[in-house]
Amino acid sequence: MGQQIVNGVFLGSIYALFALGYTLVFGVLDILNLAHQAVFMLCAYFALLIVLHLHLPMFFAFPAAVLAGGLLGLGVERVAFRPLRGRADSNVSGLISSIALATVLEALALQIFGPDVERFPFGIVPDRTLHLGDAVVSELQVVIIAIALAMLLALTWVVRWTALGRRIRAVAESPAAARVLGVDVDRVIAASFFVSSALGGAAGVLFGLAFNNVSPDMGRTVELKGLAVIILGGMGSMPGAAIAGFALGLVEVFTVAKLGSSYRDAVAFGILFLVLVLRPRGLLGSRALREA
Amino acid sequence: MLLSLADVRRTFGGLRAVDGVAFEVAEGEVHGLIGPNGAGKTTLLNLVSGLIRPTGGEIRLGSRRIDRLPTHRIAALGITRTYQNIRLFPALSAAENVLVGSHLRREDPVWKRMVFWPGCRREEADAAQWALSLLARVGMSERAAERASTLSYGEQRRVEIARALASAPRALLLDEPTAGMNPTEVAAIAGLIREVARSGQSVLLVEHNVKLVMDVCDRITVLNFGKVIADGTPAEVAADPGVIAAYLGSEA
Amino acid sequence: MSGVGGLGDFWLTYQSTVAFVGLNGLLALSVYTTLSCGQLSLAQAGFMALGAYTSALLTLHTSAPFPAVLLAGTLAPALVAVPLGLPVLRLHGVFLAIATIGFGEVVRIFFVNLEATNGALGLVAIPQRAGLAGIYGALAAALFVLWRIRGSRAGYALEAIREDEPAARTMGIDASAYKLSMLVLGAAFAGLAGALDAHFSFMVAPASYSFGRVVDMLVYAVVGGSAAFYGPVVGAAFLTLLPEVLREIGGRLGLEPGPLRLFVNGLVLLLVVLFLPNGLVSLPRRVRRYVAGRRAEAHAP
Repeated sequence: MGQQIVNGVFLGSIYALFALGYTLVFGVLDILNLAHQAVFMLCAYFALLIVLHLHLPMFFAFPAAVLAGGLLGLGVERVAFRPLRGRADSNVSGLISSIALATVLEALALQIFGPDVERFPFGIVPDRTLHLGDAVVSELQVVIIAIALAMLLALTWVVRWTALGRRIRAVAESPAAARVLGVDVDRVIAASFFVSSALGGAAGVLFGLAFNNVSPDMGRTVELKGLAVIILGGMGSMPGAAIAGFALGLVEVFTVAKLGSSYRDAVAFGILFLVLVLRPRGLLGSRALREA
Repeated sequence: MLLSLADVRRTFGGLRAVDGVAFEVAEGEVHGLIGPNGAGKTTLLNLVSGLIRPTGGEIRLGSRRIDRLPTHRIAALGITRTYQNIRLFPALSAAENVLVGSHLRREDPVWKRMVFWPGCRREEADAAQWALSLLARVGMSERAAERASTLSYGEQRRVEIARALASAPRALLLDEPTAGMNPTEVAAIAGLIREVARSGQSVLLVEHNVKLVMDVCDRITVLNFGKVIADGTPAEVAADPGVIAAYLGSEA
Repeated sequence: MSGVGGLGDFWLTYQSTVAFVGLNGLLALSVYTTLSCGQLSLAQAGFMALGAYTSALLTLHTSAPFPAVLLAGTLAPALVAVPLGLPVLRLHGVFLAIATIGFGEVVRIFFVNLEATNGALGLVAIPQRAGLAGIYGALAAALFVLWRIRGSRAGYALEAIREDEPAARTMGIDASAYKLSMLVLGAAFAGLAGALDAHFSFMVAPASYSFGRVVDMLVYAVVGGSAAFYGPVVGAAFLTLLPEVLREIGGRLGLEPGPLRLFVNGLVLLLVVLFLPNGLVSLPRRVRRYVAGRRAEAHAP
């Protein structure tokens, strides 16, 4: 049972990290960025390339990949979202253009890297294990959980206590009002995308390490699980995304333990459905869609 | 009485937008609803037309309670409306907008269309005729085929009224129909309102143009902060000291 | 002389492409039905799977005639669409999209785990009972239905719902009923396409009915243009044929056909959303307006 909890927290930390990026952008722009999973995937490849071809340790590769993720996020915003800003249906058209961009990026990855699964080389992260009660935890798992928690806390700090965070919250409340107050809305949106995609990229590297799986379609399943997480947590709510991420991780692990692995993915969608039908705003969400 | 409201209440969060409003509208009556901005007039129209539900009280059409019914059922019972910030369908033409308004009057089941049922052609022609006749009533015949988004505000308001009349409603709710109109246009609207009332339909008119309201209404209800502060004939309301203090004094 | 023989070879090579143009057109229309009343529903891959599996199972285990099999494949998802739609159509925008994506995934996972249909491997060796006639007949039927709806009382009601649902309701339009009908109709189209595809491609497997599949359908509808009922078919034709045309060039440049198709889909979709939001069918009108504008400029004093 302790083992399940460890595994659940481990899986959940990656879900939470991924979902945070989603929900941050949704909170600010009322838009779902479905290119998030492409950034997730590309950063995993980026880290892999650094490790394999530059022979640098993960200690360098990880931050480099996270930074790359942030920069990619800026690109995504510039290409897929900014041109649509004035439009009436920008929620839906933004969704579609982000799908388009994700498809392009996935195609590029497929062409360049091929469809097969790549792995991080052995020994890239130390292999030791710890024993907590009756649970076996690998050092890799500990590191991943620690990094994920650290990033969650860092994000909370940024949003709560920095000037940027204040501006982000202002724009999330009402872009028009924020503009009147002198906030450079364009820059805040760009910054949100940077942070969001950096988190997504981090999640990608950690996922690739955790499951020894880097492939062009690795983002697909996580994307859909991520949707379930943000719906459960409440769209736009960062604490919600974090809590829901861990919750999903735990529920999935326990489901697999009790019912077998074939129902693992169905759990996420079952939860998604129940939440949308019974309480669409999720655990901590405040409203459906903001008025302009 | 056609339309009666009893102790109608609606809160948004902590705000009591409508706080125990009661009044009645008879058949063929033109009933004005005035008050300062934020008094709750549009909220009241939203409640009567069924866009939102009251948090308390009752709204009746005839003897039938309508405040819990779905919006389209309320429309089917004979209540239609226009909107303060004009909600025409922008991609449709003026005539098509009015055509949509006549939805309740039309038959034209889909299966008949599938088999090219002969009656369909005629039904379509009749519906188009009806739409054009309504546009003529509001003086918009020449612009019937224009896309709604290309019309001026005044023209759009007139099309919206035509659209609201298209289902031959028992009660017509008008939300500031003359905003942005010049005096000639306002007079035309006044004439139209009287004409509608003469044919037995009731009109509930929310307006800021006090002169228009005094001219055209049989009875007036004055709201302030979600409550009724006066209710009576134009003369009574104009003389009411509370109304003068709260509203009319600054406008007259 | 390679005349007739050449044509025969051409046909053999491209027959399946022509078939897929038809199928993709029908799938694009299944997404269009809900778009036409302003709903972004992405459940159609699930509906397609239901149609494919139902019809395939009937063919493999019974001696039902093909029309009956097709009918079953059309009705099964249509029936499922009702209990799905009732709770889900209360949602709007992104929430509806996500809920329907979830449904599609649930269906896919269901079939992956279903022993009776070989789980992830799916069903194979389905006799080819569907040909170009059947596929294009179905597409024509779907287009006919949509054509007859437009301009009717229902057609205008759908447009009104798309433009402003609450206002439409205040005119007596039962928006919930119309939206559900469109969801059911779209499910029927997707199921029919799935059944035809199963009997043309010999097999059904859950992997064909993933989220990526419904994204393809959405791309066809958006690229073609969802303002007119024939737009999605134009989009499907364009995006099915374009990669075939580019395949030659791509092969010479060393590009794999799979990534190339994806890339083209994504790029075209992006360009359309950004620069031609009303789709390819709006291109002639745009060009005409541009030319007229230039001419006016040239004649201006």
